[in-house]
Amino acid sequence: MRSSTISSSKRSVFETGCNLTAQGEPFVWSMAGGLAIGIFMIVAFLVLILWNGLVAFYPGPIRLLHLKNGRVMAGEPIRSELYRIDPQKLGQMSEEARRMVMDRGGYSRRWLYKTGNFDLYNDDYRWVDDDDIERMETPDDLVMVERREWGPFIGTIRMLKIDGKEISDPSEIVRRIDDEIQLACARFEAIRTIERDRIGDVNHRMEAARLALRKELMKPNVGAAEREAAQARHDQEMAEWKERYQVLEREVDARKAEDSRFRVVLADVEGRQKEMAISQIVRRIPANGLTTAGRLGVYADRWWELVSAEPREANTEGGIFPAIFGTFVMTMLMVVVVAPFGVMAALYLREYARQGLLVSSVRVCVNNLAGVPSIVYGVFGLGFFAYTVGGIVDSLLFAEKLPNPTFGTGGLLWSALTLALLTVPVVIVATEEALSAVPDSLREGSLACGASRWQTIKYVVLPKAMPGILTGLILAMARGAGEVAPLMLVGVVKLAPELPIDGNFPFLHLERSFMHLAFHIFDVGFQSRNSEAGKPMVFVTTLILVGMIAVLNATAIFVRNRLKRKYMTGHF
Amino acid sequence: MAEPVSFQPGSEKTFYHPQKGADPPILEIDRFNLWYGEKQALFDNTITVEKGLVTALVGPSGCGKSTLLRSLNRMNDLIEGLRIAGEVRLDGQNIFDPQVDVIALRKRMGMVFQKPNPFPMSIFDNVAYPLKVDGVRDRNVLRETVERSLQAAALWEEVKDRLKDNALGMSGGQQQRLCIARAIAADPEVLLMDEPCSALDPLATSKIEDLINELRGRYTIIIVTHNMQQAARVSDNTVFMYLGRIIEYGKTDTIFTKPRNQRTQDYVTGRFG
Repeated sequence: MRSSTISSSKRSVFETGCNLTAQGEPFVWSMAGGLAIGIFMIVAFLVLILWNGLVAFYPGPIRLLHLKNGRVMAGEPIRSELYRIDPQKLGQMSEEARRMVMDRGGYSRRWLYKTGNFDLYNDDYRWVDDDDIERMETPDDLVMVERREWGPFIGTIRMLKIDGKEISDPSEIVRRIDDEIQLACARFEAIRTIERDRIGDVNHRMEAARLALRKELMKPNVGAAEREAAQARHDQEMAEWKERYQVLEREVDARKAEDSRFRVVLADVEGRQKEMAISQIVRRIPANGLTTAGRLGVYADRWWELVSAEPREANTEGGIFPAIFGTFVMTMLMVVVVAPFGVMAALYLREYARQGLLVSSVRVCVNNLAGVPSIVYGVFGLGFFAYTVGGIVDSLLFAEKLPNPTFGTGGLLWSALTLALLTVPVVIVATEEALSAVPDSLREGSLACGASRWQTIKYVVLPKAMPGILTGLILAMARGAGEVAPLMLVGVVKLAPELPIDGNFPFLHLERSFMHLAFHIFDVGFQSRNSEAGKPMVFVTTLILVGMIAVLNATAIFVRNRLKRKYMTGHF
Repeated sequence: MAEPVSFQPGSEKTFYHPQKGADPPILEIDRFNLWYGEKQALFDNTITVEKGLVTALVGPSGCGKSTLLRSLNRMNDLIEGLRIAGEVRLDGQNIFDPQVDVIALRKRMGMVFQKPNPFPMSIFDNVAYPLKVDGVRDRNVLRETVERSLQAAALWEEVKDRLKDNALGMSGGQQQRLCIARAIAADPEVLLMDEPCSALDPLATSKIEDLINELRGRYTIIIVTHNMQQAARVSDNTVFMYLGRIIEYGKTDTIFTKPRNQRTQDYVTGRFG
């Protein structure tokens, strides 16, 4: 009977027309399309950053241009573009040239040359139309000299003046210049070490003595005799330090006088001369005479300077070590603050609090906090942390320094706290999710063994949730490390005189302002006098920031996976 | 199914003497009522559990056997909006007395759950867990207890060479025996088993049943099961529950062969449930 029902069915399994909507095909396409666009944008972003960042330091050739108007100039070509020639200019051109341009549809190609010599020309980049060039050479004796001031110099080295002896023979100059630059660098470093470390130390001690006196005088009920004793102690200390200061100052003067006897005379391609101390030279790049290996050497040298040295020339040249260091220290500090707070808050919300209207509204508030614009956190951090809390700390602990604020202004600690506040919702949400993913059967099993609620959380719930919690921390860290808007209000500066960690007690100076990579990008790219000169620095700084966040994340992921394995095999 | 239940708990008709244990009964459940919010789940449950014997709780889904079992070690404390009335006495002491230490109570009443729930740690640490939360740190004591418990749970021979391995790598049956070992490690007097075999295959089930037979006498065991044959195989006494009421309580043989109540008969013979 049954078989007859089945055989009577006339439906075929070979459907000819198919219903796309029913099968969900359009949705699959749009989902795949969305993913593809997302991937494309990420890849394009990374390629842009990587390419621009990686080529920025590679030394190009230096071209010597003989222009049609009879002038000569030299420069490193940076980039070229097609542009539409101004009709007025077109009118002034010769008949032949105009026809050529018209053949190209009114467009012409021009190159941007880095000419350097800012002190002579008042600019250091120049656009040159290809049509204006009579002929072009790349002579070997043209060098780019990177200087500590005024940016690079492009030209030739005419003369070395060493200890009054003048050397103007080109082959002799080439033979000696690199050694002389190295010696001069050592002299320069020595002077700077004395100035910064030893004189800085003396200044630090003198300031400490002054503050100690003020503190003594500010104490209530201090008798005249004690005041005098403190004053005398202060005067004596001051006298000692002043003496040392003068000794050091004399030493610096002597070294500077010695240094000034080593000089170099440079000349640009038009013959204008410039004399300066050899110690002003950072490096000499005979760009046209370099082999590929030599170029790579210059490239590596520039990268090393970038990650190890301090900035110069209004941050557009030199290194970004203080910014890397500041970003790292601030991010670590932020994680140290945000991790316990976020995890404990989430633990209470999920494990202890009675689930009800109050907890739900707290949860909604936490989620909404994640959407508050970061600059609002900056304003809050400045008003609450820096001015209120910092003001109280100052009046209690650093009263002798007032009216100069210590903690009462933007600084490392307040930046870390502000960012911790900014990222704590991320940690709370992630931790709550991780906790709720721990099956209740585990909690029951633990409780049934006679464990208390806290023991259950400590031994069973937290280990099981730890990978999820760490994922939340990683997200928070990535967000915090790249955040810049609030930091501009609570402690990041364009150029910090001192690192937040040094050899003076208490070693980690939480009150100091610091430099930050993201702010550095903003500052160099958009706040400096010469945006073209800052461009390579913007790209390499971006590359380093992105790389640093990637490294921090990779480390955290590595730790997470280690922990995962550890808790999977399990120890107490 | 919704017809009114007219049996009074404790009435002569449905309550006849269960098989007696050696000592006075270890657990006395006395007019125990339980509400989830407004909904009453248990009605005037009254039985005594004999020491050293295996007592099976059977009945159709939703009849309250798990609720009753989880009340015995106060696992239900975690549920919000739960109310109780009546008493459960362990050795004469009411476990719902405010002065009772829940943690101490749970150490006397070990529990094995429906799904094996080993902790994400090594086999050794799983079994040692009850001692460790107790503050025992002596390696020798821990090792001895772990070995004794694993042997009692008939698992020692299988895992003695890989005590440091993760417990999650074991098979389902092994995991459940590990959970029994863990419950035994706390040295309880009563073992509460909430459908311990429902997530296991027949072979693992028979191993657990053998184990229950092994443990008989050493521990008082209360087992909730859906499996009639299992109840018949492992238990001395059987409680039949229906809609939150205890319908019949007696020797397993009697319940399965000569049930006095029609509904019990229908259930044990598979006519409903």
